[in-house]
Amino acid sequence: MSATREQVFPTRMTLGLMKTKLKGAEVGHTLLKRKSEALTKRFRDITKRIDDAKQKMGRVMQTAAFSLAEVTYATGDNISYQVQESVSTARFKIRARQENVSGVILPQFESYIDPEINDFKLTGLGRGGQQVQRAKEIYSKAVETLVELASLQTAFIILDEVIKVTNRRVNAIEHVIIPRTKNTIAYINSELDELDREEFYRLKKVQEKKQLEVARLDAEMDAARKREAEEKAKKGEETSIETQLEATSLNDEKDSNNLVAETEDDVIF
Amino acid sequence: MSDKRTLIAVMGDEDTTTGLLLAGIGQIDPKTNDKNFFVYKENKTTKEQLEMEFNQFTQERKDVAILLINQFVADMIRSTVDSYVEPFPAILEIPSKDHPYDPEKDSVLKRVRKLFGE
Repeated sequence: MSATREQVFPTRMTLGLMKTKLKGAEVGHTLLKRKSEALTKRFRDITKRIDDAKQKMGRVMQTAAFSLAEVTYATGDNISYQVQESVSTARFKIRARQENVSGVILPQFESYIDPEINDFKLTGLGRGGQQVQRAKEIYSKAVETLVELASLQTAFIILDEVIKVTNRRVNAIEHVIIPRTKNTIAYINSELDELDREEFYRLKKVQEKKQLEVARLDAEMDAARKREAEEKAKKGEETSIETQLEATSLNDEKDSNNLVAETEDDVIF
Repeated sequence: MSDKRTLIAVMGDEDTTTGLLLAGIGQIDPKTNDKNFFVYKENKTTKEQLEMEFNQFTQERKDVAILLINQFVADMIRSTVDSYVEPFPAILEIPSKDHPYDPEKDSVLKRVRKLFGE
């Protein structure tokens, strides 16, 4: 599990980042999946049309070959050399149009004929001009079919490539990025929980220590107070004795004073 | 990307080439005398020549949009044709008069079949 997660510090900020990433990956996944589906639909359509067009091409080319055989028969000799020699500029040309299928540009060939150009004015002049004309028309039609088929085929090749890339991306997101991000989120969560528990335990420990300290201080204070009280009590006893003693001494003095007075009296007399 | 590609090139036997030229696809460069068609002559044209022409049309020339090639000619340089995967120019295998068209050999149809697991 640890191998399939990203190397991150398990903090709340990274958790937020990972959650955003997961959301982004999921949105991207659905979008790409939809794109791939749209392309595949198009692709199947094109494949079917290619199959049909190939069959059609077989028939068209057969007809064309037959018309050329007619030309050979009518002119009496092989015209191919003459044709090859009189070629100079292309009458049949291709224009590429672009079509957009969910962000993929597919070229679409379009044939057009330049009516100004005619390289074969003299071909079949002596004999079989009609057949040559017919062969020209039939071959022009055949080329149109071929161009159509070629554009289908090009679209097929491009779509094939794009679908492969898109599917690769879809699979990468589905099987690599999303599980990895989820793993990372789970890892960060477990790590944060662990930290929470540690913190809680630490607080409890601190509180315990504090309570012990308080209890110790309380006991000390009690003891001190008791000692003080005892001391006070002892002191109180001592003072009472002293006062008694003082009192007796005072009495003694009084007595002595009396004595003195007596004696003084004596002296006066 | 394909604005300059306006021509159709042909590699085929005499009849096919003649027919297509009659339709008006042929062009000869007035300066370099380069043709956009190549006539295959039975027992005369070598495989090397074919491969050279094929590469010329597919890689060197930038004005070819579609290359039409007779299927039996393509068969002779099958590995080169099959390994060609670029979209431009598009390769199209066409039947010839003497050789009926066999869809099993077509490089694109082969890919179609492979994709659908047939």
